[in-house]
Amino acid sequence: MTTQLIGQRVKRREDPSLITGQGQYVDDIKLPGMAAIAFLRSPHAHARIRGLETAPAVALPGVLGVFSGKDLSGIINPVPTGWHLPNMKAPPHPAIATDRVRYKGDIVAAVVAQDRYIAEDALNQIQVDYEPLPAVVSQEEAIKPGAPALHEEAADNVAFQWTIGGGDAARAFDEAEVVVRQRIVNQRLIPNAMEARGAIARWDNATGELTLWSATQVPHLVRLLLALTNNLEEHKVRVIAPDVGGGFGSKLYFYPEEAATAFIARRIGRPVKWTEGRQENYLATIHGRDHVQDVEIAAKRDGTITGLRTRVVANLGAYLSTFAAGIPSVLFGVVLSGPYRIPNVSCEVIGAFTNTTPVDAYRGAGRPEATYLLERMVDLLAAELKMDPAEVRRKNFIPADAFPYTSALGVTYDSGNYPAALDRALELANYEGLRRQQAAARAEGRLLGIGLSSWIEVSGAAPSQVLAAVGAGGAGWESSTVQVVATGKVTVLTGSSSHGQGHETAFAQIVADRLGIPMEDVDVVHGDTGVVRYGVGTFASRSAAVGGTALYNSLEKVREKARKIAAHLMEASEDDIVFEGGKLYPKGVPDKAKTFQEIALAAHFAADLPSGVEPVLDATTFYNPENFTWPFGTHCAVVEVDRETGNVRLLRYIGVDDCGNVINPLLVEGQVHGGIVQGLGQAWTEGAVYDPEGQLLSASMMDYAIPRADQFPTFELDRTVTPSPVNPLGVKGVGEAGTIASTPAFVNAVMDALAPMGIRHVDMPLTPERLWRAITASQ
Amino acid sequence: MADHSISLTINGVKRDSQVPARLLLVHYLRDVLGLTGTHVGCDTSQCGACAVLLNGSAVKACTVLAVQADGAQITTIEGLAQDGQLHPIQQGFWEEHGLQCGFCTPGMIIAAHQLLERNPSPSEEQIRHGLEGNLCRCTGYHNIVKAIQHAAGAMRRSP
Repeated sequence: MTTQLIGQRVKRREDPSLITGQGQYVDDIKLPGMAAIAFLRSPHAHARIRGLETAPAVALPGVLGVFSGKDLSGIINPVPTGWHLPNMKAPPHPAIATDRVRYKGDIVAAVVAQDRYIAEDALNQIQVDYEPLPAVVSQEEAIKPGAPALHEEAADNVAFQWTIGGGDAARAFDEAEVVVRQRIVNQRLIPNAMEARGAIARWDNATGELTLWSATQVPHLVRLLLALTNNLEEHKVRVIAPDVGGGFGSKLYFYPEEAATAFIARRIGRPVKWTEGRQENYLATIHGRDHVQDVEIAAKRDGTITGLRTRVVANLGAYLSTFAAGIPSVLFGVVLSGPYRIPNVSCEVIGAFTNTTPVDAYRGAGRPEATYLLERMVDLLAAELKMDPAEVRRKNFIPADAFPYTSALGVTYDSGNYPAALDRALELANYEGLRRQQAAARAEGRLLGIGLSSWIEVSGAAPSQVLAAVGAGGAGWESSTVQVVATGKVTVLTGSSSHGQGHETAFAQIVADRLGIPMEDVDVVHGDTGVVRYGVGTFASRSAAVGGTALYNSLEKVREKARKIAAHLMEASEDDIVFEGGKLYPKGVPDKAKTFQEIALAAHFAADLPSGVEPVLDATTFYNPENFTWPFGTHCAVVEVDRETGNVRLLRYIGVDDCGNVINPLLVEGQVHGGIVQGLGQAWTEGAVYDPEGQLLSASMMDYAIPRADQFPTFELDRTVTPSPVNPLGVKGVGEAGTIASTPAFVNAVMDALAPMGIRHVDMPLTPERLWRAITASQ
Repeated sequence: MADHSISLTINGVKRDSQVPARLLLVHYLRDVLGLTGTHVGCDTSQCGACAVLLNGSAVKACTVLAVQADGAQITTIEGLAQDGQLHPIQQGFWEEHGLQCGFCTPGMIIAAHQLLERNPSPSEEQIRHGLEGNLCRCTGYHNIVKAIQHAAGAMRRSP
């Protein structure tokens, strides 16, 4: 009997409930006596609150209470930020504003009422006397002298200045044969998980316990920060992430609404629910990206890249969200040299406060900003040198025999074979054929473009020591507990909290594979701190590499104990016990085999255990990796641009990714598909738009263009497999891969299409209007 | 606020309720009847997570008042599986990994239901066009298209 389940296309066990409407997201939960919260949000991007009159709202039938910042002050601590860079300014962020609002969407008051309809009616009855203040939206304007200051603690609106570098960039540029420069805007994005946020809080007066159901990727982080802000004892806070409808980073933080909801539940003595509306989600859930980058690349005439230099101004929004500072600095800076051997790199990042929604990690988080920058510059260099972009890439790749490879930026890539992924992508694309097709199309005056992007990622937010050293106030390990009951059925407790990835399936595969038991005998529990007491969570493409390895290591402990017990029962040496296919037997004597279930029963009854061995097969692991994992790949987009309208058609999309060994190809492919479309959304249609006064104009799905099904062809995908040496599964992260890869592939393709018109660069999103303007200007 | 009497058939069961005039159909389904499989994604009829079949047509229940549905036949995601057997579209989504977080899925399945009723053998392009009113942020639509193709094949084989 073969039990090899790791690597199989197993259908998801999560699906039967989700396809029949039996999923349970936060808003689906109804507790007895539950009331509803609605938040009053500032209509101004920047204003002083001179007065607040709540009496008319309180008087409305069905209203149970109205709370302003004053009600919370002294009781609820400001919402903290969790990533501290050297000399960083971190002004306080009150959950509900007291005297000043700093972005449109800042919370001014909370109403709690019998139901949500009444709560929203009551919002209209609250009278706020605002004194509008000058607002600043652009990060570059914000750091100019005389710009309106958001915080007393940072009069220049600068939260941090951060640098990273290696080699001697100044010298590389002095000696360069070719230098190419470009200013690149990596626009602000709005994550738009299909389920907006939501929270339910229940206070138990008898036990002093608070339970918070929250649409979150990180229930354990929420438990800690809720305890800190609301002055609760952490062991008496239980956070439950039920089914969560996508996150993409946007549910990776502790938010003011969670603190306020918990406060109100306790204050009114009833469970309360807050369900974020979509417009609220646009205003109050974090945004992503938002860099302005000035970039220079230095090279020799033969295409060898000798240096990269950039100065970035990153928009952080009005307050520092949980991981805000780390995204445009560390997670951006360390991958700036990408898959290439670039000996000299210099990077300076300024993080600026503006009167906009806070910015934090959005799928890829810093790495798409770095990859887009680099891959655009490689293409611009290729154009300058009149070289094929594939050849420039190949020429500069870190060679396959150079791993583990320590880059000029001081990070060590675990494993890789970049030329192999490029070659496979070119082969799938029929690259030479495409170039011939392009030449023919150009001869007819058609604008056909081919774009490549070779990407790497530092994934699996991992060694705790490294994260601490770079300022992250969060651990990089993950927990797992494997519990085997008397009948040999298994329950896994994992700190990796799924929000759509399919952890329950993938982790059950690992268990069934390693123990040789049916998958149906395995339950996977996550997302409830009352049951899974320790955990870090799901972000940064870390669940397989970190959570999966934590599980693998617990299973090794279970296997070892089972062998020990089997050896004792069979009067054999432990070293001679074979454990395969769910059976244990002395080497060469399969007739004596006992099943894993029999050993589990023996461990449970404990009638005859080896001396010093405790009853029950049960193991816990806290796995703290030695390194991140470094997935990579090459993607290729083929587009045609309509010169009359600026409309782009995506004709083909090819991707070859390498995330090491694969636990379940179905899940990996799904991650890549979704990632590609999110990255294409940035390249093509998406972008947050503020007016100069700080009003968010793109604040609904009508105004913010999320990709739709009819924009895309069927993707042509493949994988190469270069296992990671960092973990015993040999896996690397894949959750963000597609997003990192696809944005530059698409833009490079469109710029390639427009090259005959002398167009060099257009900033994203490449909407018909922008392209039409560029085409028109070029004629 | 004065309540109104409505009477409608939901997943084959007749329901009589008193509802306020302003109550949205989606909130009636979710909060009054407890049929929480129909989701609210955007509040503005863009995303389609709230789609239900109303007299056979896929409509966005976030933009219909419960009183407007008086007398209607409504099928929600909870009503598609019959006698414990998944509907072929549900089966297609499962087989082809057509969902990740699952939040858009009920609406996608309802949209696919209408699509396949109108055109039992749609091309890939027709499927993609037919999903224009539904947003998914997880799957990139790739496997949703495959799921619907899978369902179309199964439904043609056993109509």
